[in-house]
Amino acid sequence: MTLPDQTAFTAALLDPAQPVPDGIVNPDGSPARRRFDVYRNNVVAGLVEALQAAYPTVRRIVGEKFFDAMAAVYVRAHPPTDPLMILYGAELPAFLDGFPPAASLPYLPDVARLEYARRQAYHAPDAATIQPERLGAVPPEELDRAVLGLHPSLRIVASDHPVLSIWRFNNEEGAAKPEPGAEAVLICRPDLSLSMRAIPLDAPAFIADLQSGATLGAAAAAASTRDAGFDLGLHLGGLLSSNCLVSVTIEGVDDHDPPG
Amino acid sequence: MTTHTHQTGLPPKPGVGYKPQHIEAILDDPGPVAWLEIHAENYMGGGGVPHAQMRALSERFPISCHGVGLSIGGNGPLDRDHLDRLRHLVEWLKPAMFSEHLAWSTHETGFLNDLLPLPYTSRTAQHVADHIDEVQTVLGRQMLLENPSVYVAFAESTMSETDFLRDVAQRSGCGLLLDVNNVYVSATNQHYDPDAYLRDFPMHLVGEIHLGGHDAEEDDRGDPLLIDTHDREVIDPVWALYETVIARHGAMPTLIEWDSDIPDWPVLEGEARRADAILSGVSLAAE
Repeated sequence: MTLPDQTAFTAALLDPAQPVPDGIVNPDGSPARRRFDVYRNNVVAGLVEALQAAYPTVRRIVGEKFFDAMAAVYVRAHPPTDPLMILYGAELPAFLDGFPPAASLPYLPDVARLEYARRQAYHAPDAATIQPERLGAVPPEELDRAVLGLHPSLRIVASDHPVLSIWRFNNEEGAAKPEPGAEAVLICRPDLSLSMRAIPLDAPAFIADLQSGATLGAAAAAASTRDAGFDLGLHLGGLLSSNCLVSVTIEGVDDHDPPG
Repeated sequence: MTTHTHQTGLPPKPGVGYKPQHIEAILDDPGPVAWLEIHAENYMGGGGVPHAQMRALSERFPISCHGVGLSIGGNGPLDRDHLDRLRHLVEWLKPAMFSEHLAWSTHETGFLNDLLPLPYTSRTAQHVADHIDEVQTVLGRQMLLENPSVYVAFAESTMSETDFLRDVAQRSGCGLLLDVNNVYVSATNQHYDPDAYLRDFPMHLVGEIHLGGHDAEEDDRGDPLLIDTHDREVIDPVWALYETVIARHGAMPTLIEWDSDIPDWPVLEGEARRADAILSGVSLAAE
């Protein structure tokens, strides 16, 4: 005796045009059409519900009817790859980039990117932060070789649209109407509360270099190559005011923490 | 097969499915609610608020950890990455209980996010028991397996659901989670007598009971088709079945499940109070 045919069951589940698999029956032995549809509906409705919870701002912007119809298309094209539903929907921003019915809202994919980044930050590992003054204790001659450990929840979203203003306008009472223009957002959850703030438009590349482990010297040099007017002090101050520093190490030095 | 002692760390009192919107009410005055159940997968992130809440709540309440994503009935091997995440959760949370479903939810194409049915044959019983054995070995503890809500039957089934569950439990050493609402839903959908099902259920293996609400529709012939939705109150016929079970077998840890259209705390607490009245009635009668 073999195991049941879950391949045929799965295929029929995701494609309503397919007949009910052989051997799936009503109590009287007849093919269980309506009953099989319960599973078909459950799968799509459950995934759509997961996206509703994951992208509330996108849903508010496009309306419930549009969102739910769009989500039903998305869940068939991008079913979850594993059971961790708290992070389901990662490809929705890219999906929206290429979804013609949403083309009149060019900022929508970036709002989705912001919502997904918030969710990643919400579920990121915990880590104890240290006072930004610890960086000040690094001897000046070693600053170039300093590697900043940043909080694992730190996320950056850069957009050609006022993505943070749009998010606030849709979520916060009395928030100003968004003005056209690019925005970059830093999201961090150093303790349990998640914060978002606008950062300079040339900050994301610099912060990404630091996140990937570049020394302060290397990240600053790369930033100066992109823009000769790059102000390291300004950017560091902005970054550290988000309380997202968890460690300072000096490359090539065994003793990891600087004095002080 | 690994042997495991059948035990439950949950008190024989009402519990509820934990929802974050209820945390203040629960910490303030949980009423008759003596324990909480969580869906394991919702606490498999890295940390943050979900973990902090669970650390705080687990100091005051026994926690039952209920998996919805292991796909124990899946044809393919268990997802070892997922099993590792579960082991990690069980290690830090130290729940009083771990349970999962007699169902499958993962196929080669990915995770289907639903509890899908299995034919009841000796071949599938061995396959399910092998998966349970693997879970129990990785977790180092016994798990409970829950009877499903089923909508369809399989022409190839050769055993009743109660015989199938008994067989799986014997082969794997697992305990059982009796969902009385699922019994009512499946019995209505599959045209059998829920009370006969309950009389046939291996009650000595039960470590926890679930109660929840369901939706009532019709199939293509106009026959009742009940759908397990966990989005409303438990109906009276299900309470009556539950009362019969408790009267016959004594008080057992009993969960009110409410996972969709989640009500304000007083409504959920009211359901727990109703379970408490039945559970207390038995313990009073026994004194």
